[in-house]
Amino acid sequence: MVPILKHGKFLIASIVSALTDQDLIQLRDELANKIGQVRAHGVIIDVTAVDVLDSFATRTLRDIARTVKLRGAKIVLVGIQPDVAFAMVQLGLSLDEVDTALDLEEGFSHLRRGEERSRHAG
Amino acid sequence: MPAETRVAIDRETDIVTARQKGRELAAACGFASTDQTLIALAISELARNIVVYAQRGEIIVKSEFGERRGIEIVARDQGPGILNVALALQDGYSTAKSLGLGLPGARRVMDEFEIDSAPGRGTTVTVRKWVR
Ligand SMILES: Nc1ncnc2c1ncn2[C@@H]1O[C@H](COP(=O)(O)OP(=O)(O)O)[C@@H](O)[C@H]1O
Ligand SMILES: [Mg+2]
Repeated sequence: MVPILKHGKFLIASIVSALTDQDLIQLRDELANKIGQVRAHGVIIDVTAVDVLDSFATRTLRDIARTVKLRGAKIVLVGIQPDVAFAMVQLGLSLDEVDTALDLEEGFSHLRRGEERSRHAG
Repeated sequence: MPAETRVAIDRETDIVTARQKGRELAAACGFASTDQTLIALAISELARNIVVYAQRGEIIVKSEFGERRGIEIVARDQGPGILNVALALQDGYSTAKSLGLGLPGARRVMDEFEIDSAPGRGTTVTVRKWVR
């Protein structure tokens, strides 16, 4: 299970254990619902504790990102560890269309910058 | 002393178990953490293929402490087998509409790669990596 925390207009999902496929699918569905319930503007997925991101996890994270965007929120993935990033590149995996940031703090700045921009535009 | 671990694979949570065992053995064998992660990733891909295409099988992880220290992973199943192995080894080829990077990727991240598969006979993938 991946707990989803609310912080102002943002939702934070910290993946704390070795990720099972079921966790990922559940996370996707819960995020899609919760964005509407709490009218979230942004989502941070924290993978700091994740040991490996394989092709299934990568594909599901991309699906999650697309789902969140379609629900009208921004998303940023934070905390990919150096070894995990290196291994993904070696395998040939990419997260092209998913924004990433170093850690939670940078993730928040990233989402807030997005908020600023849309305020000025609107 | 050489060590061997077997993990029966018949559901998704076994994939996590297999890669954790593999990482433990790789660490004991003297692999740096970057290589431990590459090994865990290869195991994850091979174990997932067992679950997705063959439903059940096993992963055997052996460490070798002879002249060369290294690790061998055997992923074995008696599932449907692969019709065209050359095609299955190409980046992006997938009969399941997934990313098609499991086999070619596992081949890239390991030092040695062997595959024995035929329709009706099942699939055995053997990969090795040596401590540098
Ligand atoms: N253990 C297996 N049993 C039967 N077919 C397999 C097995 N592993 C791989 N394959 C076949 O090889 C193809 C490529 O596998 P892979 O590179 O892992 O990509 P993907 O799993 O994303 O399709 C699969 O789509 C499948 O047709
Ligand atoms: Mg695969």
